[in-house]
Amino acid sequence: MENFFSRYKNPLVLMLILFIQVVALATQVKRAETGGRTASSSGGTRLIRVWTVTAITPVERVLVSTGHFFRRNWHNYIDLHDARKQNQQLQEELARLKLEQVRLREDAGQAQRLQALLGFRERYVGQTMAAQVIGASGSEQSRVLYIDKGARDGVKIDMAVITPDGVVGKIKDVFPLSSQIILINDRDGGAGVILQNSRLQGVLSGTPQGELKVKYIMADENVSVGEPVVTSGGDRIFPKGMPVGTVSEVSPDREGDPFLSIKVKPASNLSQLEEVLIVTRQSEQSTQLTSGNNSVRAADILAERLPTVNPTPSPTPAKAPGAKKTAASANPAAPAQASPLAGSTNPATGAAKPAVAAAAPRPSPSPSAASGTGVTGVKPSGAVTTGSGSQPKPAQNTTTKTGGTQPIANSATGTATSNPSAQKKPATTASPTPSPSVSPKNPSGATTSAAGAGNTTTKTGTPKKPQPKPSASPTASPAADTATPAAGSAERPPR
Amino acid sequence: MNYAAITLTSREEVEVHRFSWVASFGVPLLAIFVQSFFTRHVQFLETFDLPLLVTIFFAVARRRPIPGMLTGALIGTLQDSIAGIPVGLNGIAKTIIGYLASSLGVKLDVDNPGSRFLMTFAFYIIHRVVYVVIAIWMAGMNEAVNWTHSLIAALANGLLAVVLFALLDRLKERA
Repeated sequence: MENFFSRYKNPLVLMLILFIQVVALATQVKRAETGGRTASSSGGTRLIRVWTVTAITPVERVLVSTGHFFRRNWHNYIDLHDARKQNQQLQEELARLKLEQVRLREDAGQAQRLQALLGFRERYVGQTMAAQVIGASGSEQSRVLYIDKGARDGVKIDMAVITPDGVVGKIKDVFPLSSQIILINDRDGGAGVILQNSRLQGVLSGTPQGELKVKYIMADENVSVGEPVVTSGGDRIFPKGMPVGTVSEVSPDREGDPFLSIKVKPASNLSQLEEVLIVTRQSEQSTQLTSGNNSVRAADILAERLPTVNPTPSPTPAKAPGAKKTAASANPAAPAQASPLAGSTNPATGAAKPAVAAAAPRPSPSPSAASGTGVTGVKPSGAVTTGSGSQPKPAQNTTTKTGGTQPIANSATGTATSNPSAQKKPATTASPTPSPSVSPKNPSGATTSAAGAGNTTTKTGTPKKPQPKPSASPTASPAADTATPAAGSAERPPR
Repeated sequence: MNYAAITLTSREEVEVHRFSWVASFGVPLLAIFVQSFFTRHVQFLETFDLPLLVTIFFAVARRRPIPGMLTGALIGTLQDSIAGIPVGLNGIAKTIIGYLASSLGVKLDVDNPGSRFLMTFAFYIIHRVVYVVIAIWMAGMNEAVNWTHSLIAALANGLLAVVLFALLDRLKERA
């Protein structure tokens, strides 16, 4: 027996070492419920990782800091001769951005008010922490990075990591002085995303080759190359609306699945990251209407942009029973859509006195609902869909359409795009010239819309009791959908 | 230095080397560090597998299978723990490579550049095969297999080994 061990000592030791490692590997592999096996890095191997990372990262941190010290000095002193020119460019850009900010602030304020009216809840980037990338996996088989912030800095697992350009990844493991980021293009990385133009939702995941793909978008959907991809916020890790990348290739899935194979070019340069931001706190808050500067209603802002019509009384609505009917049915049917948008605090007004409201000119500006600028619903993603309220066009252009995959609105910016088809085809109920019966100052927007002027957020049906509050939850989607036929009916002449 | 082709040598002819503790631990750690640190900036460096080259070098120079496989196991485990993949993938693969390299070093002259290139080329391919088999069949990972890329990487690592081994030869101490 002794002779056997001495003779086969080397193979026996080899088998012993391999056995130990196989057991260690087996503890990290768990069988998924669906049948497949997935490798998990947790378990008893964490101690080894902590030791290794603790030994390696301080050296990397010192080297990175030294490199940055010299680089900073270089930029501070030697590159000063470019400062004047750069300063001038920045001043010009600042002026341009100030102008843009004015417009965006207004749009954002409007979007917030509309979101508040719908009880819209969204997760914002509450607090971030800057971190320095100090190392990488050094392997083609995994795409992870190491940063110089760890548990002592408050970093936790599953925190989102971003750059100003876009999403980078999430925290996979946390050590005392450093953390490990798994990039979104790692095979275990990913995020919930939405295609910005088509509003299609999918799941972004990495591939073993380090590419980014969006999964679970049906093959019959229309996805164009170059379309921006942003986070949907549905994964509860990444804040909503963060840029992820752009669609670089669209093709049918080779595996025969009924889905598209969509490759995405990442917005961030994932191979050249120097600094990143860790989202340490996301605040989920519902937008609230605030007093003071934000007391101006969305309808008022929109009214200022639209051409004013002389408030001359007109018998037109009275002569058009269809219009009257429409006006009467508009508010009760969709108080959640039209009334909040118009800023009407009494949805019943439009329902109870449609003819009066339609005929009587009022000084208060509110063509917004009339012009189809009403919030017509909440998409499943939570995006507020509006009409072309921000477009200072005459009133015959704005049939609101919601639901489906229509490119409608961007909730993040508050900018809105109306249905192209609606823009091309003015509603037949609209008179090309502003009707005197339309009061752009009329707060009861739904009623005004029914009165004509081409503003065709109209509803059919019998008057019902108005609902005092709109719903912002996904249950609001059906309500949004109900607006679609109404918008469609706007293109038909009144009976 | 013998620049002849690969030749069979008797056990008495081969030189068995040893290394200082600093070299034994410092060089593998340095290899892992360099691999982790510089690939952050220069991504194509991921093609090279410095820990594998170091494993081969120590195993061949020591010409003793047990230290060779222990060196491979240690380096592979450290590499796994840094790379964020399940610990054991590189560990098992490099243990086998350490065993094979030290066994080969006993029988063949592996001190000339030609043999070092061929040896490293072959060991890189074997390492890759073992790794893929373990990753797919044992860990259930979705491992990308691109053999063209692996062949090119094997060539690149073989060339680098010629240079690197010449540098590391200075750390050798005659046993």
